[in-house]
Amino acid sequence: MTDTPSDPRASAPGAGSGPASGRVANRVAGRDLASLIACPHCDAVYRAVQPAPRARAVCARCHKVLIAPHRQAGQRLIAVALAVVVLIGAATLTPFLRVEAGGMSNATSVLGAALAFSARPMLMALALAVAALIVFVPVLRALLILYVLTPIVLDRPPARHARAAFRLSEALRPWSMAEVFAIGCAVALVKISDLAQVEFGPAFWMFSALVILIVVQDTFMCRYSVWTSLEK
Amino acid sequence: MDVSGEVKSARDMGLVACTRCTRVWPAGTRSCARCGQRLHPRAPLSLQRVWAWWSLGLIAYVPANIYPMLETRTLVSTQDNTIVGGAVEIARHGSWGIAAVILTASVLIPIGKFLAVAGLALSVAHGSRVSRARRQQLYEVVEYIGRWSMIDVFVVAILSALVQLGAVVSISPGPASLFFAVSVIATMLSAQSFDSRLLWDGPDPSPASRSRLA
Ligand SMILES: [Zn+2]
Ligand SMILES: [Zn+2]
Repeated sequence: MTDTPSDPRASAPGAGSGPASGRVANRVAGRDLASLIACPHCDAVYRAVQPAPRARAVCARCHKVLIAPHRQAGQRLIAVALAVVVLIGAATLTPFLRVEAGGMSNATSVLGAALAFSARPMLMALALAVAALIVFVPVLRALLILYVLTPIVLDRPPARHARAAFRLSEALRPWSMAEVFAIGCAVALVKISDLAQVEFGPAFWMFSALVILIVVQDTFMCRYSVWTSLEK
Repeated sequence: MDVSGEVKSARDMGLVACTRCTRVWPAGTRSCARCGQRLHPRAPLSLQRVWAWWSLGLIAYVPANIYPMLETRTLVSTQDNTIVGGAVEIARHGSWGIAAVILTASVLIPIGKFLAVAGLALSVAHGSRVSRARRQQLYEVVEYIGRWSMIDVFVVAILSALVQLGAVVSISPGPASLFFAVSVIATMLSAQSFDSRLLWDGPDPSPASRSRLA
Protein backbone atom coordinates (compact mmCIF):
# COMPACT_ATOMS: atom_id res chain seq x y z
CA MET A 1 0.00 0.00 0.00
CA THR A 2 1.98 2.98 -1.13
CA ASP A 3 -0.64 5.64 -0.52
CA THR A 4 -1.46 4.72 3.06
CA PRO A 5 -1.29 8.08 4.77
CA SER A 6 1.24 7.80 7.56
CA ASP A 7 0.42 11.45 8.12
CA PRO A 8 -3.20 11.87 7.08
CA ARG A 9 -3.84 15.47 6.06
CA ALA A 10 -7.47 15.07 6.85
CA SER A 11 -7.68 14.19 10.51
CA ALA A 12 -10.53 12.38 12.18
CA PRO A 13 -12.69 14.70 14.28
CA GLY A 14 -13.07 13.88 17.93
CA ALA A 15 -10.25 11.38 17.65
CA GLY A 16 -9.09 9.91 20.92
CA SER A 17 -12.14 10.85 22.92
CA GLY A 18 -14.95 8.37 22.76
CA PRO A 19 -18.19 10.27 23.32
CA ALA A 20 -21.55 8.88 22.32
CA SER A 21 -22.31 9.52 18.68
CA GLY A 22 -25.17 11.91 19.49
CA ARG A 23 -22.87 14.14 21.49
CA VAL A 24 -20.34 14.27 18.70
CA ALA A 25 -23.05 15.44 16.36
CA ASN A 26 -24.01 18.16 18.78
CA ARG A 27 -20.47 19.25 19.30
CA VAL A 28 -19.86 19.67 15.58
CA ALA A 29 -23.33 21.00 14.79
CA GLY A 30 -24.06 24.16 12.89
CA ARG A 31 -21.32 26.13 11.18
CA ASP A 32 -18.74 23.65 12.32
CA LEU A 33 -20.10 21.10 9.85
CA ALA A 34 -18.62 23.15 7.01
CA SER A 35 -15.13 22.15 8.17
CA LEU A 36 -15.91 18.42 7.94
CA ILE A 37 -15.57 16.21 4.89
CA ALA A 38 -17.09 12.77 4.37
CA CYS A 39 -15.55 10.17 2.09
CA PRO A 40 -18.18 9.53 -0.60
CA HIS A 41 -16.97 5.93 -0.95
CA CYS A 42 -16.98 4.72 2.65
CA ASP A 43 -18.72 7.49 4.67
CA ALA A 44 -15.72 8.15 6.94
CA VAL A 45 -15.74 11.70 8.31
CA TYR A 46 -12.65 13.87 8.65
CA ARG A 47 -11.87 17.44 9.54
CA ALA A 48 -10.87 18.88 6.18
CA VAL A 49 -7.39 20.36 6.09
CA GLN A 50 -6.41 21.92 2.78
CA PRO A 51 -3.31 19.99 1.67
CA ALA A 52 -0.31 21.76 0.20
CA PRO A 53 -0.32 22.03 -3.61
CA ARG A 54 0.54 18.68 -5.22
CA ALA A 55 -0.12 16.89 -1.91
CA ARG A 56 -3.28 14.87 -1.48
CA ALA A 57 -5.69 14.10 1.32
CA VAL A 58 -6.42 10.38 1.22
CA CYS A 59 -9.16 8.53 3.07
CA ALA A 60 -7.46 6.54 5.83
CA ARG A 61 -10.05 3.79 5.52
CA CYS A 62 -10.60 3.14 1.80
CA HIS A 63 -7.54 5.01 0.41
CA LYS A 64 -9.53 7.02 -2.13
CA VAL A 65 -8.24 10.53 -2.82
CA LEU A 66 -10.48 13.14 -1.20
CA ILE A 67 -8.68 16.42 -1.92
CA ALA A 68 -5.93 16.89 -4.52
CA PRO A 69 -5.43 20.53 -5.36
CA HIS A 70 -2.95 21.50 -8.09
CA ARG A 71 -1.44 24.88 -8.76
CA GLN A 72 -3.20 26.54 -11.67
CA ALA A 73 -5.50 23.55 -12.02
CA GLY A 74 -8.28 25.88 -13.20
CA GLN A 75 -6.25 27.33 -16.08
CA ARG A 76 -5.04 23.89 -17.13
CA LEU A 77 -8.53 22.41 -17.05
CA ILE A 78 -9.84 25.31 -19.16
CA ALA A 79 -7.06 24.78 -21.69
CA VAL A 80 -7.78 21.05 -21.85
CA ALA A 81 -11.54 21.61 -22.21
CA LEU A 82 -10.97 24.06 -25.08
CA ALA A 83 -8.66 21.58 -26.77
CA VAL A 84 -11.22 18.78 -26.36
CA VAL A 85 -13.94 20.88 -28.01
CA VAL A 86 -11.70 21.82 -30.93
CA LEU A 87 -10.30 18.29 -31.40
CA ILE A 88 -13.65 16.51 -31.29
CA GLY A 89 -15.21 19.15 -33.54
CA ALA A 90 -12.49 18.72 -36.15
CA ALA A 91 -12.24 14.94 -35.82
CA THR A 92 -15.98 14.55 -36.15
CA LEU A 93 -16.21 16.13 -39.56
CA THR A 94 -12.92 15.41 -41.31
CA PRO A 95 -12.01 11.95 -42.68
CA PHE A 96 -10.36 9.97 -40.05
CA LEU A 97 -9.44 6.62 -41.51
CA ARG A 98 -9.20 5.46 -45.10
CA VAL A 99 -8.98 1.91 -46.45
CA GLU A 100 -7.99 0.56 -49.84
CA ALA A 101 -8.36 -2.95 -51.23
CA GLY A 102 -8.77 -4.35 -54.71
CA GLY A 103 -8.76 -0.90 -56.30
CA MET A 104 -11.65 0.33 -54.17
CA SER A 105 -11.26 2.85 -51.36
CA ASN A 106 -13.39 4.33 -48.65
CA ALA A 107 -12.91 6.93 -45.90
CA THR A 108 -14.95 7.67 -42.80
CA SER A 109 -15.24 10.41 -40.19
CA VAL A 110 -15.85 9.83 -36.51
CA LEU A 111 -19.51 10.72 -36.91
CA GLY A 112 -19.68 8.37 -39.88
CA ALA A 113 -18.48 5.55 -37.63
CA ALA A 114 -21.24 6.26 -35.14
CA LEU A 115 -23.86 6.41 -37.86
CA ALA A 116 -22.72 3.09 -39.36
CA PHE A 117 -25.39 1.46 -37.18
CA SER A 118 -28.13 3.56 -38.78
CA ALA A 119 -27.92 1.37 -41.92
CA ARG A 120 -30.23 -1.08 -40.14
CA PRO A 121 -33.51 0.28 -38.72
CA MET A 122 -33.16 -2.04 -35.73
CA LEU A 123 -29.83 -0.44 -34.81
CA MET A 124 -30.96 3.21 -35.19
CA ALA A 125 -31.07 3.72 -31.40
CA LEU A 126 -27.57 2.33 -31.13
CA ALA A 127 -26.34 4.80 -33.77
CA LEU A 128 -27.69 7.70 -31.71
CA ALA A 129 -26.29 6.29 -28.48
CA VAL A 130 -22.81 5.82 -29.98
CA ALA A 131 -22.84 9.33 -31.48
CA ALA A 132 -23.77 10.67 -28.02
CA LEU A 133 -21.09 8.67 -26.20
CA ILE A 134 -18.18 9.57 -28.48
CA VAL A 135 -19.10 13.08 -29.71
CA PHE A 136 -21.92 14.93 -27.96
CA VAL A 137 -21.36 13.97 -24.33
CA PRO A 138 -17.59 14.68 -24.34
CA VAL A 139 -18.17 18.06 -26.02
CA LEU A 140 -21.04 18.96 -23.69
CA ARG A 141 -18.92 18.02 -20.69
CA ALA A 142 -16.01 20.17 -21.86
CA LEU A 143 -18.39 23.12 -22.46
CA LEU A 144 -19.90 22.74 -18.97
CA ILE A 145 -16.42 22.70 -17.43
CA LEU A 146 -15.53 25.88 -19.34
CA TYR A 147 -18.75 27.52 -18.15
CA VAL A 148 -18.14 26.59 -14.51
CA LEU A 149 -14.40 27.17 -14.23
CA THR A 150 -13.86 30.34 -16.28
CA PRO A 151 -15.47 32.72 -13.72
CA ILE A 152 -13.69 30.94 -10.85
CA VAL A 153 -10.28 31.32 -12.51
CA LEU A 154 -10.99 35.00 -13.26
CA ASP A 155 -11.97 35.55 -9.60
CA ARG A 156 -15.49 36.49 -10.60
CA PRO A 157 -18.62 35.30 -8.81
CA PRO A 158 -19.80 31.87 -10.06
CA ALA A 159 -21.80 31.81 -13.30
CA ARG A 160 -25.59 31.47 -13.10
CA HIS A 161 -26.61 27.87 -12.44
CA ALA A 162 -22.93 26.95 -12.15
CA ARG A 163 -23.74 24.34 -9.51
CA ALA A 164 -26.32 22.63 -11.72
CA ALA A 165 -23.86 22.78 -14.62
CA PHE A 166 -21.07 21.15 -12.63
CA ARG A 167 -23.48 18.57 -11.25
CA LEU A 168 -24.48 17.64 -14.81
CA SER A 169 -20.85 17.52 -15.90
CA GLU A 170 -20.08 15.12 -13.03
CA ALA A 171 -23.10 12.94 -13.83
CA LEU A 172 -21.97 12.69 -17.46
CA ARG A 173 -18.42 11.64 -16.58
CA PRO A 174 -18.85 7.86 -17.00
CA TRP A 175 -20.74 8.39 -20.27
CA SER A 176 -18.04 10.44 -21.96
CA MET A 177 -16.26 7.77 -24.00
CA ALA A 178 -14.11 9.55 -26.57
CA GLU A 179 -10.96 7.92 -25.21
CA VAL A 180 -12.56 4.46 -25.26
CA PHE A 181 -13.41 5.05 -28.91
CA ALA A 182 -9.81 6.05 -29.61
CA ILE A 183 -8.57 2.73 -28.24
CA GLY A 184 -11.32 1.01 -30.24
CA CYS A 185 -9.73 2.49 -33.38
CA ALA A 186 -6.46 0.77 -32.59
CA VAL A 187 -8.24 -2.56 -32.15
CA ALA A 188 -10.20 -2.12 -35.39
CA LEU A 189 -6.97 -1.37 -37.27
CA VAL A 190 -5.42 -4.61 -36.07
CA LYS A 191 -8.49 -6.49 -37.27
CA ILE A 192 -8.48 -5.09 -40.80
CA SER A 193 -4.76 -4.84 -41.37
CA ASP A 194 -4.70 -8.11 -43.32
CA LEU A 195 -7.93 -7.30 -45.16
CA ALA A 196 -7.06 -3.90 -46.60
CA GLN A 197 -4.51 -1.10 -46.72
CA VAL A 198 -5.22 1.54 -44.03
CA GLU A 199 -4.38 5.24 -44.18
CA PHE A 200 -4.59 7.60 -41.20
CA GLY A 201 -6.26 10.98 -41.59
CA PRO A 202 -5.40 13.99 -39.41
CA ALA A 203 -8.47 13.32 -37.30
CA PHE A 204 -6.98 9.99 -36.24
CA TRP A 205 -4.02 11.76 -34.64
CA MET A 206 -6.41 14.29 -33.11
CA PHE A 207 -8.30 11.51 -31.40
CA SER A 208 -5.06 9.98 -30.17
CA ALA A 209 -4.14 13.34 -28.60
CA LEU A 210 -7.55 13.33 -26.98
CA VAL A 211 -6.76 10.20 -24.97
CA ILE A 212 -3.80 11.98 -23.37
CA LEU A 213 -5.82 15.17 -22.76
CA ILE A 214 -8.58 13.27 -21.00
CA VAL A 215 -6.06 11.57 -18.70
CA VAL A 216 -4.63 15.04 -17.91
CA GLN A 217 -8.14 16.33 -17.23
CA ASP A 218 -8.78 13.57 -14.70
CA THR A 219 -5.49 14.24 -12.93
CA PHE A 220 -6.08 17.94 -12.43
CA MET A 221 -9.77 17.85 -11.62
CA CYS A 222 -10.22 18.21 -7.84
CA ARG A 223 -13.95 18.07 -7.26
CA TYR A 224 -13.67 19.19 -3.67
CA SER A 225 -11.83 22.36 -4.73
CA VAL A 226 -14.41 23.18 -7.40
CA TRP A 227 -17.35 22.71 -5.04
CA THR A 228 -15.77 24.82 -2.32
CA SER A 229 -15.05 27.63 -4.75
CA LEU A 230 -18.63 27.50 -6.00
CA GLU A 231 -19.81 27.87 -2.41
CA LYS A 232 -18.19 31.29 -1.96
CA MET B 1 -18.54 0.09 18.18
CA ASP B 2 -16.16 1.25 15.52
CA VAL B 3 -14.07 -1.51 14.02
CA SER B 4 -11.36 0.56 12.38
CA GLY B 5 -10.31 2.61 15.38
CA GLU B 6 -10.79 6.34 15.22
CA VAL B 7 -12.57 6.60 11.89
CA LYS B 8 -16.27 7.35 12.31
CA SER B 9 -18.90 7.25 9.63
CA ALA B 10 -21.18 10.19 9.01
CA ARG B 11 -24.15 8.05 9.92
CA ASP B 12 -22.64 7.08 13.28
CA MET B 13 -22.14 10.76 14.02
CA GLY B 14 -25.76 11.64 13.34
CA LEU B 15 -24.85 13.25 10.03
CA VAL B 16 -25.69 12.63 6.41
CA ALA B 17 -22.95 13.00 3.79
CA CYS B 18 -23.25 14.34 0.26
CA THR B 19 -21.64 11.81 -2.06
CA ARG B 20 -21.19 14.39 -4.80
CA CYS B 21 -19.37 17.23 -2.98
CA THR B 22 -18.40 15.51 0.35
CA ARG B 23 -20.15 18.13 2.54
CA VAL B 24 -21.89 16.77 5.67
CA TRP B 25 -25.25 17.90 7.05
CA PRO B 26 -27.34 17.01 10.12
CA ALA B 27 -29.20 13.72 9.63
CA GLY B 28 -32.57 14.27 7.99
CA THR B 29 -31.42 17.13 5.73
CA ARG B 30 -33.10 16.56 2.37
CA SER B 31 -30.74 18.14 -0.13
CA CYS B 32 -27.19 19.47 -0.10
CA ALA B 33 -27.10 23.26 0.06
CA ARG B 34 -23.64 23.30 -1.51
CA CYS B 35 -24.25 21.26 -4.67
CA GLY B 36 -27.98 20.54 -4.72
CA GLN B 37 -27.62 16.73 -4.56
CA ARG B 38 -30.44 14.85 -2.79
CA LEU B 39 -29.15 13.43 0.46
CA HIS B 40 -29.63 9.88 1.72
CA PRO B 41 -27.69 8.18 4.53
CA ARG B 42 -27.41 5.26 2.08
CA ALA B 43 -28.72 5.21 -1.49
CA PRO B 44 -32.35 4.08 -1.29
CA LEU B 45 -33.10 0.62 -2.73
CA SER B 46 -29.43 0.38 -3.73
CA LEU B 47 -29.28 -3.41 -3.82
CA GLN B 48 -32.65 -3.77 -5.56
CA ARG B 49 -31.51 -1.43 -8.33
CA VAL B 50 -28.17 -3.26 -8.55
CA TRP B 51 -29.97 -6.58 -9.09
CA ALA B 52 -32.48 -5.10 -11.56
CA TRP B 53 -29.78 -3.67 -13.84
CA TRP B 54 -27.62 -6.75 -13.28
CA SER B 55 -30.43 -9.02 -14.53
CA LEU B 56 -31.05 -6.86 -17.59
CA GLY B 57 -27.31 -6.89 -18.35
CA LEU B 58 -27.13 -10.67 -18.02
CA ILE B 59 -30.26 -11.25 -20.11
CA ALA B 60 -28.95 -9.00 -22.89
CA TYR B 61 -25.59 -10.76 -22.77
CA VAL B 62 -27.17 -14.01 -24.01
CA PRO B 63 -28.39 -12.77 -27.44
CA ALA B 64 -25.18 -10.72 -27.64
CA ASN B 65 -23.38 -14.05 -27.93
CA ILE B 66 -25.93 -15.92 -30.03
CA TYR B 67 -26.47 -13.40 -32.82
CA PRO B 68 -23.70 -12.25 -35.17
CA MET B 69 -21.74 -9.18 -34.16
CA LEU B 70 -20.42 -8.60 -37.71
CA GLU B 71 -21.58 -9.63 -41.16
CA THR B 72 -18.78 -9.76 -43.73
CA ARG B 73 -19.61 -9.99 -47.44
CA THR B 74 -16.89 -10.65 -50.00
CA LEU B 75 -17.01 -11.54 -53.67
CA VAL B 76 -17.25 -15.22 -52.91
CA SER B 77 -18.90 -15.52 -49.54
CA THR B 78 -21.03 -14.06 -46.78
CA GLN B 79 -19.95 -14.69 -43.26
CA ASP B 80 -21.70 -14.02 -39.95
CA ASN B 81 -19.42 -13.78 -36.96
CA THR B 82 -20.49 -14.07 -33.36
CA ILE B 83 -18.11 -12.81 -30.66
CA VAL B 84 -16.73 -16.25 -29.84
CA GLY B 85 -16.93 -17.40 -33.47
CA GLY B 86 -14.84 -14.40 -34.57
CA ALA B 87 -12.17 -15.18 -32.00
CA VAL B 88 -12.10 -18.86 -33.02
CA GLU B 89 -11.75 -17.79 -36.66
CA ILE B 90 -8.79 -15.56 -35.81
CA ALA B 91 -7.19 -18.31 -33.75
CA ARG B 92 -7.56 -20.74 -36.67
CA HIS B 93 -5.59 -18.29 -38.80
CA GLY B 94 -2.78 -18.59 -36.26
CA SER B 95 -3.22 -15.26 -34.41
CA TRP B 96 -3.54 -16.86 -30.99
CA GLY B 97 -2.54 -13.65 -29.20
CA ILE B 98 -5.25 -11.52 -30.79
CA ALA B 99 -7.84 -14.24 -30.26
CA ALA B 100 -6.90 -14.39 -26.58
CA VAL B 101 -7.22 -10.59 -26.26
CA ILE B 102 -10.67 -10.64 -27.88
CA LEU B 103 -11.88 -13.50 -25.70
CA THR B 104 -10.58 -11.75 -22.58
CA ALA B 105 -12.17 -8.40 -23.43
CA SER B 106 -15.52 -9.66 -24.70
CA VAL B 107 -16.10 -12.83 -22.69
CA LEU B 108 -13.93 -13.09 -19.56
CA ILE B 109 -14.27 -9.45 -18.48
CA PRO B 110 -18.07 -9.22 -18.90
CA ILE B 111 -18.58 -12.49 -17.02
CA GLY B 112 -16.09 -11.37 -14.38
CA LYS B 113 -18.08 -8.14 -13.95
CA PHE B 114 -21.34 -10.04 -13.45
CA LEU B 115 -19.69 -12.26 -10.84
CA ALA B 116 -18.00 -9.32 -9.07
CA VAL B 117 -21.14 -7.18 -8.83
CA ALA B 118 -23.19 -10.17 -7.63
CA GLY B 119 -20.51 -11.02 -5.08
CA LEU B 120 -20.40 -7.45 -3.74
CA ALA B 121 -24.20 -7.25 -3.45
CA LEU B 122 -24.34 -10.65 -1.72
CA SER B 123 -21.53 -9.65 0.65
CA VAL B 124 -23.60 -6.67 1.82
CA ALA B 125 -26.65 -8.83 2.40
CA HIS B 126 -24.95 -11.88 3.92
CA GLY B 127 -21.49 -10.78 5.09
CA SER B 128 -18.18 -11.86 3.65
CA ARG B 129 -14.83 -13.29 4.61
CA VAL B 130 -13.09 -10.79 2.33
CA SER B 131 -11.94 -7.57 3.99
CA ARG B 132 -13.91 -4.39 3.30
CA ALA B 133 -10.87 -2.69 1.78
CA ARG B 134 -10.43 -5.56 -0.68
CA ARG B 135 -14.11 -5.45 -1.65
CA GLN B 136 -13.88 -1.68 -2.11
CA GLN B 137 -10.92 -2.26 -4.45
CA LEU B 138 -12.91 -4.85 -6.37
CA TYR B 139 -15.77 -2.37 -6.71
CA GLU B 140 -13.41 0.30 -8.06
CA VAL B 141 -12.00 -2.10 -10.63
CA VAL B 142 -15.50 -3.02 -11.81
CA GLU B 143 -16.49 0.66 -12.03
CA TYR B 144 -13.31 1.51 -13.91
CA ILE B 145 -13.53 -1.35 -16.40
CA GLY B 146 -17.25 -0.89 -17.10
CA ARG B 147 -17.06 1.75 -19.79
CA TRP B 148 -14.09 0.12 -21.53
CA SER B 149 -16.32 -2.80 -22.52
CA MET B 150 -17.96 -0.48 -25.05
CA ILE B 151 -14.79 -0.98 -27.14
CA ASP B 152 -16.40 -3.99 -28.84
CA VAL B 153 -19.34 -1.88 -30.00
CA PHE B 154 -17.05 0.92 -31.20
CA VAL B 155 -14.90 -1.55 -33.14
CA VAL B 156 -18.02 -2.81 -34.93
CA ALA B 157 -18.94 0.83 -35.71
CA ILE B 158 -15.49 1.63 -37.12
CA LEU B 159 -15.27 -1.56 -39.16
CA SER B 160 -18.70 -1.20 -40.71
CA ALA B 161 -18.23 2.48 -41.53
CA LEU B 162 -14.79 1.90 -42.99
CA VAL B 163 -14.95 -1.42 -44.79
CA GLN B 164 -17.47 -0.54 -47.51
CA LEU B 165 -15.48 -1.54 -50.57
CA GLY B 166 -18.31 -2.38 -52.92
CA ALA B 167 -18.10 -5.92 -54.25
CA VAL B 168 -14.61 -6.56 -52.87
CA VAL B 169 -15.51 -6.65 -49.20
CA SER B 170 -18.08 -4.95 -47.01
CA ILE B 171 -18.80 -5.28 -43.32
CA SER B 172 -22.08 -4.44 -41.64
CA PRO B 173 -23.11 -4.52 -37.99
CA GLY B 174 -25.08 -7.51 -36.71
CA PRO B 175 -27.92 -7.49 -34.18
CA ALA B 176 -25.60 -8.67 -31.40
CA SER B 177 -24.00 -5.20 -31.31
CA LEU B 178 -27.23 -3.75 -29.93
CA PHE B 179 -27.58 -6.46 -27.26
CA PHE B 180 -23.92 -6.14 -26.33
CA ALA B 181 -24.28 -2.35 -25.89
CA VAL B 182 -27.41 -2.82 -23.76
CA SER B 183 -25.55 -5.39 -21.66
CA VAL B 184 -22.56 -3.07 -21.11
CA ILE B 185 -24.74 -0.06 -20.25
CA ALA B 186 -26.95 -2.08 -17.88
CA THR B 187 -23.86 -3.45 -16.13
CA MET B 188 -22.49 0.10 -15.75
CA LEU B 189 -25.81 1.23 -14.25
CA SER B 190 -25.80 -1.80 -11.97
CA ALA B 191 -22.35 -0.91 -10.65
CA GLN B 192 -23.32 2.77 -10.30
CA SER B 193 -26.42 1.80 -8.30
CA PHE B 194 -24.24 0.06 -5.73
CA ASP B 195 -23.65 2.33 -2.73
CA SER B 196 -20.12 1.35 -1.70
CA ARG B 197 -20.76 2.85 1.76
CA LEU B 198 -22.82 -0.29 2.44
CA LEU B 199 -19.58 -2.31 2.35
CA TRP B 200 -18.27 -0.31 5.28
CA ASP B 201 -21.38 -0.64 7.44
CA GLY B 202 -20.73 -4.32 8.05
CA PRO B 203 -17.95 -5.70 10.25
CA ASP B 204 -14.50 -6.32 8.86
CA PRO B 205 -13.63 -10.02 9.07
CA SER B 206 -9.88 -9.92 8.71
CA PRO B 207 -7.66 -8.82 11.63
CA ALA B 208 -4.75 -8.36 9.23
CA SER B 209 -6.50 -5.62 7.29
CA ARG B 210 -7.61 -3.98 10.54
CA SER B 211 -4.04 -3.48 11.74
CA ARG B 212 -3.05 -2.17 8.33
CA LEU B 213 -5.80 0.44 8.34
CA ALA B 214 -5.40 1.64 11.90
ZN1 LIG C 1 -13.14 6.39 2.33
ZN1 LIG D 1 -23.25 18.28 -1.99
